[in-house]
Amino acid sequence: MASQEQLSAIKGAKVLMVGAGGIGCELLKTLALSGFQDIHIIDMDTIEVSNLNRQFLFRQSHVGQSKAKVARDAVLRVRPNISITPYHANVKESRFNVDFFKEFDVVLNGLDNLDARRHVNRLCLAADVPLVESGTTGFLGQVTVHLKGKTECYECQPKPAPKTYPVCTITSTPSKFVHCIVWAKDLLFAKLFGDKNLENDLNVHSNDAANSSEHSDVFEYRKDEDIEEYGRRIYDHVFGHNIEVALSNEETWKNRNKPRPIYSKDVLPEKLSEQNGNMEKGCVTDDVSAMASLGLKNPQDVWSLGENSRVFLEALRLFFLKREKEIGNLTFDKDDQLAVEFVTAAANIRASSFGIPLHSLFEAKGIAGNIVHAVATTNAIIAGLIVIEAIKVLIKDSNNYRMTYCLEHPSRKMLLMPVEPYEPNKSCYVCSETPLSLEVNTHRSKLRDFVEKIVKAKLGMNFPLIMQGASILYEVGEDLEEDMVAIYAANLEKLLVGLCLLSRIFSRSSHAISISSIGKNLMRRRNLMECFSLDGLNLLLIRTRISLLEMVKVHPMLYQQRRVWRPRRTLQFRKFQR
Amino acid sequence: MDGEELTEQETALYDRQIRVWGADAQRRLSKSHILVYGIKGTVAEFCKNIVLAGVGSLTLVDDRVVNEEALSANFLILPDDNLFQGKTLAEVCCDSLKEFNPMVRVSVEKGDISTFGVEFFEKFDVVVISCCSLAKKLINQKCRKLSKRVAFYTVDCRGSCGEIFVDLQNYKYSKKKLEENIDCQLEYPSFEEAISVPWRALPRRVSKLYFAMRVIEGFEDVEGSNPGETLIADLPGVLKLRKELCETNSLNESQIPNALLERLLIGTREYPPVCAIIGGILGQEVIKAISGKGDPLKNFFFFDAMDGKGLIEDISEPNTGS
Repeated sequence: MASQEQLSAIKGAKVLMVGAGGIGCELLKTLALSGFQDIHIIDMDTIEVSNLNRQFLFRQSHVGQSKAKVARDAVLRVRPNISITPYHANVKESRFNVDFFKEFDVVLNGLDNLDARRHVNRLCLAADVPLVESGTTGFLGQVTVHLKGKTECYECQPKPAPKTYPVCTITSTPSKFVHCIVWAKDLLFAKLFGDKNLENDLNVHSNDAANSSEHSDVFEYRKDEDIEEYGRRIYDHVFGHNIEVALSNEETWKNRNKPRPIYSKDVLPEKLSEQNGNMEKGCVTDDVSAMASLGLKNPQDVWSLGENSRVFLEALRLFFLKREKEIGNLTFDKDDQLAVEFVTAAANIRASSFGIPLHSLFEAKGIAGNIVHAVATTNAIIAGLIVIEAIKVLIKDSNNYRMTYCLEHPSRKMLLMPVEPYEPNKSCYVCSETPLSLEVNTHRSKLRDFVEKIVKAKLGMNFPLIMQGASILYEVGEDLEEDMVAIYAANLEKLLVGLCLLSRIFSRSSHAISISSIGKNLMRRRNLMECFSLDGLNLLLIRTRISLLEMVKVHPMLYQQRRVWRPRRTLQFRKFQR
Repeated sequence: MDGEELTEQETALYDRQIRVWGADAQRRLSKSHILVYGIKGTVAEFCKNIVLAGVGSLTLVDDRVVNEEALSANFLILPDDNLFQGKTLAEVCCDSLKEFNPMVRVSVEKGDISTFGVEFFEKFDVVVISCCSLAKKLINQKCRKLSKRVAFYTVDCRGSCGEIFVDLQNYKYSKKKLEENIDCQLEYPSFEEAISVPWRALPRRVSKLYFAMRVIEGFEDVEGSNPGETLIADLPGVLKLRKELCETNSLNESQIPNALLERLLIGTREYPPVCAIIGGILGQEVIKAISGKGDPLKNFFFFDAMDGKGLIEDISEPNTGS
């Protein structure tokens, strides 16, 4: 029960919440009931129907409105005399800078992505403000406490990168349904409906490293072509012809089950426009949907190959008939019913070809949309635990700070397991003083590659400031003069070797990083420790013999002229001795 | 299942949780009927959780009139005199809960629950009792008399500690083990049977909170005081009862430290974070019991904010254990 000391600390505290979703709603409510009087809350999202099963401050009538604002209004009804300041904004915006964070006694995270968490972590370190982090998935959850210098920061322990797959598995040798989904979403859907200027591996074959421009016309819709004919043409090309080509390379299939080519005339021998009486009915509704059009009601059903093929063709037809203007600009969106139907069907047909079990639309949507399953109870438990830690932080009860894990299955009788926080990791490149060493091929890589793929994507520095000596090579900001912006843009296109041999990189929220150039031939693959991908590009993590504290990152684009993937290059899976 | 499918509305609303427990479990939830007695902060949290989960119906029993104190940890009560003046706790909470999920039937039942007959409880699949000292034994027994299996739970939070008791009688369920579904069975003691297990027979490391709760519960029963309203001023009486119970049970009094008892004697004030935690755990348990999937808690759960542990204790006779 809250003691006098606790109550007075709570009353005078200024708290920042980042996130007003699943954890955020529960947290705001519990903070308000616990006596907190000055709460600020940042969330850039708007309310969706699928939120309502757990984000209980929101109602059906709020769909489309700002989460932060609606949450605030709802809680003020219960505690009218407290102050809740909502920000319908992205926490990465520059106004939420170190000075902003310094105003708070504690920061409480209720986020759902790694990128934002890292950003907040760095700001809290820079501002020296305690951070209580948390996360939930289904029945699992955890709450962790981070104080600069006293405990690990959020990034002291490497967090697993989102799972990605080698291109050859996606283009040639899928073995799991998720591979088919990635193919259908990132290759086929992108090729047919997305930006035509983007590189696409759809037609990359195992024995054909040369460019594939001869095949690119296949996907082009010819003016006045019968839509069903076009659909069947695409179908036959990707599920029939491409498979036959792949089969011709015996080597690939020596130790694998061979896929079978599928042709539309075998699956759907009769022309659909004659058969399908429902086709016109589907046009009446606003929500364009192949399922509705075909009378398939239940998203939990697993469709047959025939049904999947119908959905494939019907979805394609509906895109061209009803959404022609969007074609060429579409990206996959899990809330786009027609896109989900198309991707499900395409993935299933491919799965059928490769002998992989088919899945329902419901399941496929979850995989394609990276949907996180979530329930109210776990969020409520975690919110309670967050408040308990926050109060400890406010009264500086440092001996009792705990990381608490909410388990699905008890461990030593415990469903809620508290653990003492660890001391900071001395080689953490975010919170420790150790400089990070990077090896990069300065003769091949431009500043742009470096900034985008390493500094921003890998190191998570969103607003880097890159200097050589005292001169600034590149920076990001709102108040820059035009000529500076032009200089920076020009610098991005220069090779690193031309810009510098040694430079220091700072971020507004982190430490110094030094780069040393090692010249042309980087490909001495020493001690390949792990390999993982980020955003579909492969980054190799190499620990060198120079120093155990240093992490070296190399991007394949930096040492290859072209991104050419040969299945034999099993770089990604080679395991070395640690 | 009987083939009744979830409506489009339900599928859209419950999407994220169907991905956790499956469409089949969701269907069972939508047909389940829950009875709740004694609405304070923790039970309010529990009600919110199961209404969001999409149960068939929720019936609230609590004729206590709303007052200022009830607002302190119960977010279902808005501090608007016009709204709550003269209404009972059940009535006010009912109105708020309905808003969370229009598909759940939330209603109020008036009267003294200890007078309700066995047939009253037959309407329900789950019964949750709070603020009820040892009278809960009788309700548990009534539930057990029915041929239909009614899941029975008690929940109480005192200060920064909380306790949940579970009685699923003879319970068959399935769980996932390494990609396979296996069938399991557990045998639960009734509340009376559980608390009758001699203290000396319990494992040495049993949570002290178990004993402390029994002492205060016993004190309230003897004094006839309102459950959950024992204050620090009552400490001498409580310590006296502790001495008696420990002697009867051949348990060393140090197993039930003074400091722990003092922390529990805070009267009716509640600690919102603990309400959220206990309400969440209870919500999960009830959902598991209705869906028949996943290992249920057997048979006591304790949480103490001071050490942060959420522990399961199996308090049953060795020969009725799982």
